[in-house]
Amino acid sequence: MSWFEKLLPPKVKTSGSFGKKEIPEGLWKKCPSCNAVLYRAELERNLDVCPKCNHHLRIGARRRLDILLDKEPRDEIGDALKATDPLKFKDSKKYRDRLSEAQKKTEENDALVVLQGAIKGNPVVAAAFEFSFMGGSMGTVVGERFVRGAELCMEQNLPFVCISASGGARMQEALFSLMQMAKTSAILRKMSRRGIPFISVLTDPTMGGVSASFAMLGDIIIAEPKALIGFAGPRVIEQTVRETLPEGFQRSEFLLESGAIDMIVDRRDMRDALANLLAMFAGRKAPAA
Amino acid sequence: MNMNFLDFEQPVAELEAKIDELRHVGVSDEVNIGEEIARLQKKSVKLTESIFSSLTPWQISQLARHPQRPYTLEYINRIFTDFQPLHGDRMFADDPAIVGGMARLNGRPVMVIGHQKGRDTKEKVYRNFGMPKPEGYRKAIRLMQMAERFSLPVLTFIDTPGAYPGVDAEKRGQSEAIARNLFIMSDLQVPIISTVIGEGGSGGALAIGVCDTLMMLQYATYSVISPEGCASILWKSADHASDAAEAMGLTAERLSELKLVDRIIPEPLGGAHRDVEATAENLRTALISGLDELEGMSMTELQEKRQQRLRSYGTDNFEE
Repeated sequence: MSWFEKLLPPKVKTSGSFGKKEIPEGLWKKCPSCNAVLYRAELERNLDVCPKCNHHLRIGARRRLDILLDKEPRDEIGDALKATDPLKFKDSKKYRDRLSEAQKKTEENDALVVLQGAIKGNPVVAAAFEFSFMGGSMGTVVGERFVRGAELCMEQNLPFVCISASGGARMQEALFSLMQMAKTSAILRKMSRRGIPFISVLTDPTMGGVSASFAMLGDIIIAEPKALIGFAGPRVIEQTVRETLPEGFQRSEFLLESGAIDMIVDRRDMRDALANLLAMFAGRKAPAA
Repeated sequence: MNMNFLDFEQPVAELEAKIDELRHVGVSDEVNIGEEIARLQKKSVKLTESIFSSLTPWQISQLARHPQRPYTLEYINRIFTDFQPLHGDRMFADDPAIVGGMARLNGRPVMVIGHQKGRDTKEKVYRNFGMPKPEGYRKAIRLMQMAERFSLPVLTFIDTPGAYPGVDAEKRGQSEAIARNLFIMSDLQVPIISTVIGEGGSGGALAIGVCDTLMMLQYATYSVISPEGCASILWKSADHASDAAEAMGLTAERLSELKLVDRIIPEPLGGAHRDVEATAENLRTALISGLDELEGMSMTELQEKRQQRLRSYGTDNFEE
């Protein structure tokens, strides 16, 4: 304690204003890939892509849609839907408690956000996963919102874009979650028969039941660089085959080489790339650069 | 018969061992040994009845993958005639974990497709433990689309721990293969009946399970993840598999209460492996009547019903 602090009355002392200067929470962020310490504002301007190593950090659903969509119009679809847990599922914790925790943490009702809007003037319905909501897992609300988004596309003849980030089906809704794979794939079949394009954007990570249903059914499938994409998780595969997996296995570049996806697009070019494709699908002129 | 008893059947196993012993000494001994055997057999049946009247979901999971449980080909050979197996996905390989082909059910030509597990070690490896690779699913969809072209109803039999989680499977697009099947089956223009005969393991099961009528054998299971997998993720320990089985409600009875399964096919006392003929007969009857029902509908009606079925999955699980 300095001589000056010793002179102060106790009340002032505890205010802490003379303590060690703390770096304000969240001003800096470490890149999870190259460990570079990055100034958060700059990182955000760079759409959460590390300026040093180009690593694409995970971002939330609202942020994702905000980056992609025009400011106006934006109408949300199915936002009032909330899971009710008729199975009364309980593992080490109650599903209801897990839900309310996730709702508090993310300020979302569930793991998928669907908005009707436009990308550089091209009308579209866009869905994005909130990975921090129970690992972006697909339960009945996610399935229903996806389907409602697709139904709106059919009603109004709009293309559908979905940006995935999910660990797969949500175990706490058991077989109902599995059936969302069939439900979402079926609506895409219907859409496809009506000639409505579906563009699937895969981001880190897209696994399990999400990858094995609508995410792999895009007329066009785009991935962000180095995203983990696959059916089984790398740990499960390692346990099954008892060997270490090759470098880059199940990453976007591996999928492109295997013929599973059409292209890899940098997050900072995604809006332009989508606008370009949507305009061609609709037979419109190329959007201004 | 050399029965393979599960842990919870131990009291029955002990009785059966005693009966066997008596049979061996019985030849040279007094007459009333025959009576004793009959008495013990009755007791064994009673005991089995009492054990099987209150099975837990975890015990049913064990029955669903009992080492002697009949597999797809055993049913196909008993239920159908003129079975002609068809092979290959026309792109990469034939996957022995999925079998399929044309056959007749009660005289009527149909397409049958099912997961196939192996019985002994060599066959287990050959069949990859019933875990299909992308070429398996692609063979299945090839056969289904052929069935559609020639108006053959599709009957599928589900019995897999899941799609194969391997490097080669990922490389060839396991996810896409499963997704493509869900996509195409959703409006395939022929009736589809799927029956879970053993383990219905997640996406690997559903990939041949989009249907108009879903049936389950009494002691089959169907779930989004195996009880062990669920336990190790949610409880952080596979020792909680029985809790996971309970929580997920993966039995035919529970899934039928939840209206996810249309029909439960009864198994003989002690499970399908105790009397394969009787189980096959029950399955045959259910398939014939199920198919009669679907073929009584027009194609428009059938398609509408399937769409409704798919659209309504889980719509009671949320509020607005």
